[in-house]
Parts: sequence; C-alpha cells; structure tokens
Amino acid sequence: MIEVKDLTKRFAEHTAVDHVSFVVNKGEILGFLGPNGAGKTTTMRILTGFLPATSGTAQVAGFDVFDDSLEVRKRIGYLPENPPIYLDMTVSVYLEFVARIKNVPAEKRKARVTDAMEKTNITDKRFELIKRLSRGYKQRVGLAQALVHDPEVIILDEPTVGLDPKQIIEVRHLIKSLAGSHTIILSTHILPEVSMTCDRVVIINRGRIAAVDTPANLTTQLKGGQNVRLEVAADQNAASAAIREISGVRRVTAEPAGGDGRIALMVEATPGQDVRSQIAAKVVGKGWPLYELRGVNLSLEDIFLQLTTEDSEHAAANPN
Amino acid sequence: MKGMYAVYRKEMGHYFVSPVAYIIVGVFLILTAYFFTQLLAVYMQRAFEASFEEGQFGGGAAFDVPSLVMRSFFGVLSTLLLFLTPMLTMSVYAEERRRGTMELLMTSPVTDLEIVLGKFFASLTLLVIMLLPTAIGFAYMLHHSEPAAPWRILGSEYLGVLLLGGTLLALGSFFSSLTESQLIAAMLSFGAILLLWVLDFGTQTATSAWASTLEYLSVFRHYDDFTRGVIDTSNVIFYLSFIFLGVFLTIRSVDSMRWRRA
Repeated sequence: MIEVKDLTKRFAEHTAVDHVSFVVNKGEILGFLGPNGAGKTTTMRILTGFLPATSGTAQVAGFDVFDDSLEVRKRIGYLPENPPIYLDMTVSVYLEFVARIKNVPAEKRKARVTDAMEKTNITDKRFELIKRLSRGYKQRVGLAQALVHDPEVIILDEPTVGLDPKQIIEVRHLIKSLAGSHTIILSTHILPEVSMTCDRVVIINRGRIAAVDTPANLTTQLKGGQNVRLEVAADQNAASAAIREISGVRRVTAEPAGGDGRIALMVEATPGQDVRSQIAAKVVGKGWPLYELRGVNLSLEDIFLQLTTEDSEHAAANPN
Repeated sequence: MKGMYAVYRKEMGHYFVSPVAYIIVGVFLILTAYFFTQLLAVYMQRAFEASFEEGQFGGGAAFDVPSLVMRSFFGVLSTLLLFLTPMLTMSVYAEERRRGTMELLMTSPVTDLEIVLGKFFASLTLLVIMLLPTAIGFAYMLHHSEPAAPWRILGSEYLGVLLLGGTLLALGSFFSSLTESQLIAAMLSFGAILLLWVLDFGTQTATSAWASTLEYLSVFRHYDDFTRGVIDTSNVIFYLSFIFLGVFLTIRSVDSMRWRRA
C-alpha cells in the first residue's frame, strides 16, 4: 500500500531523512518510533505531499507522492502534530468543511461526519466552537478530520498527545479497529503505544532507520539477555571484578547503596543467558552478605535507547 | 473547481462568524454614509447658490449635482479602500500558516490554484457586500434628480471600485501569504498599496519614459476615468492584469511553502 524507497530530505543545514526505505502492507498498522527530531514528521509530510523529497521515491496506493500528488492526497487522511483546526468553527461545521474539501459527495457528507464524530467520541460537542474545547477534545476533532472521508491510508503524527489516560486507551482501540480496512502509519515516542497498537515498528533515529520489526520480535531479539540487579555488602571494586569473571556477563556497573557498606550492582548478561544462579553462587562463595538479587527485564524503552544512542554505529552497519 | 468552492465557503463562513467582517463593514458603512450625506449637502448648497446667482445675474454654468456627488464620493472611496483592504486580507494566509491549517489545505485534494482563487473570490464577495448598501443612497438620489441622472456613470464607477478593490485584495492576499504575522501582512500590503498610489507623485511635469511608466503603474490613476463614467478597455485590462499578477504571485508563494522549511 505504501512503498518508500531511499527517501532523502535535506534541509539547508542538515539531513532530516536519510535514505529511508520501508513498505507498509494493506490493512497494517505501522508504528514510527524515534526521539524528537528523528525525521518522523518529515517522512510523514513527504508521504502526504506537504513536502517534496530531495531524492528517492514514495508511493501510496500505487501513486507517486510527487507526480500524482492529488491522487495520493485523495486517499490519505492526515493528522499533523498540531491538529489543523479552525478555532472559530463548530465541530460539525469544521468536519463538513473537511469532508467537502476531501471530495466526499454531498449525499454522503452528513453520514460521514456523523460517523467520524461517533468514532472519536465527540458527538456531544458537535455544536460547540472548537476554541471552547479542551486539548483532548481538540486532538480528537483532529483525529475525526483524518477519518471523515474514509481514506485508504491514515497517517497520524502523535495521535495521543494531550489526551488523558482513558482517552488514550479509547484512541488506541479506535486505531486498532480501523486496521484491516485502512492502512495506518502512526508516529509516537510513547513506547507502550507501539507495542499495544502496531503490527510493525520502524525505529528511526537521526533520519536513518535503526530497526524494522514486530514489537514482539524487537523485544526478544534485542533484549540483551536478562539484566540482574544485585545488592551486597562488599568492596565495590572487588565485587565488580568477581562478577565480571562469570561467563555470560557482559558488563557490570556498581554504585554505593545506602549505609553498611552496601553496594548495588547492575549486571548485564549476553542475550539468551541466565546468570542469576551463578551470581548467587559467587556471592555466597565469597561470603558477602546478599540483600537483593532480581532479574530486570529490558523494556522497549531500553531497547529504544540502546538503538538510538549507544548502538548508533551498530545500527548504521545493519540498517534493517 | 469543487475544491475552490469548498475553500470559498469556508472563507465566507470565517468572515461572518468572527466579528472582524462586521466591524470592517460597519466602519466602512458609517464612513461612507457620512461622506455621502456631506457631499450631497455641500453640492446641493452650491447648486442653490448657483441658481440664485443665475437668477440675479443671468448666465452661469449648469450644476450637475448627482454627477459631482458620485465623482467625489468614489474618489473618497478609493482612499477608504487603501485603508480597509489590508485589514480584509491580512489574515487570509497568515492566520492559516500560524495555526497550521495550511497543512490541512495543502494535503487535501485541492490544487494551489483552487485554494488561492477560493480565497480571492471570498474576499471579493465581502467587498461587494460592503459596497452594496452604498448603492441605496445613490438609488435614492438618482431617482429624485431632475433632469434624469446618468445611471451608467454609477455603473462605471462601481466597476472601477470593484476592479481597484480586486487589485488591492489580490496584492494584500499575496503579502499575507508571505508571513505568519497578520500585522506584518497588513503593514506590507498597506505600504505596497500606498507606494502604488503615490507612484505618479512628482511625475506630473516630467516627460521622460521613466516618469510615464511610473505614472502608468500608479493604480489609482486608472481609476479616475471610471469615476467620470468612462470605461476605457485599457484601464480594465490594467486592473485585470494586476489582479492576475497578484493571484499568480500568491500561487507561487503558496507553492513555495512546500519547498521552504515548514
């Protein structure tokens, strides 16, 4: 449905998107994950025809976003970072305008507007001026605007920003329910959002793709083994050295923890290795009093940080 | 052109749900009504004096009050337009750029031409709505004038105002598309219009090609003929090409928003 090949966007002083390639299949939800300034918004703006690319191609539903921009725009619903709302319109007038400008035929317009308002749960505010609405409602009006013409492709730039936790869950359900009949790209820097809603994730950093995979695969593949947190009463250097001797331990960081000469150690194991029992044996063998030993699961957050900060060279070597 | 109509409708809605249009139209009507009654009073006074003198001393020129009122009134109107059109157009693009709604328009299946024309025709419609009530006074005056007054002069004058106003609106829209600030847009269009107005200042006596070019470009100069009831095709073409230029520049400017860093 969406095919992006070697897409590059250079601005005067920096490259915002650098040879990005990915494919989104029909009915899929693709998550775009990256720190601020990674190039998520720029990529989305190129896909929606708002910005032209410097080089590379992007196709939506078989149409080139540059050469057949109007055809592409007919098929896309787009929610930019800031909802593009007119503050002095009422919700229903605004949505009718969007339906009109998106070529929804007159006889279907009313039904489409009603439908979009129901889906985003804003029907009760239909006659209110948009400027009187709260941030969360404005965001949902923006979302309704992206759905009102029932587009094949929906592109959402941080759709849950400004919503309260309950609304976030509602919006996530809504996005999930739209999959199948719609192809969706959404960007976010909230990681649980990706694992909850998306079929596949593109992690993008400094304009380059750092990883593309399902959220589950990313978590297992990159889990970097299990990490172990350890609290013992021992000399910091001696303890670090002793634990580092265990095979399968990749890295140890130690810091003082409270009084009594206690220290806390974070042990990072190589992927697929469980080093907890060996650590316990070692500590007991040395005769150090053990206060705590527990496994720490790497969250998607850690993976994300790893991919986008420390392992940027690794990522550059294996773009996919 | 469905997209153009959608934009047009949206703009009209915007003008009339916000107080801006009502205030501009209201101020305009108060000022024009004042000028109209004052001009009428002054010229009628003079006509009485003239007919009195005529009776006393014989001879004397005929005093055509309706024509004089219309001519002076439409002269004043052009000055009012100089001040009011920048206010009509200042928000047209600047506000959309600032609010990010330009991104909605530009990612919708409408061409830049449709966006620009939709907005231009909406502002032109507002101008017509502004001008319509002024016709009431003229209709009344012409209806009661003795001998019958020349209606076609009035038509030519309204055509002139419309063309002049359209030119100013097209230029104002262009300046609005250059910036996110309404104030900057208003200042730029006001400055540009004022410059175009005073372009022939000091060229009245000069005869060089440069001077005559400047004189030709002065937008208000071409307006004089209309106020005298003369519809000269060259003047019509002058204004139409100015409108075309403004619309064209605006389309280029909207297009360039895609190329600049948004």
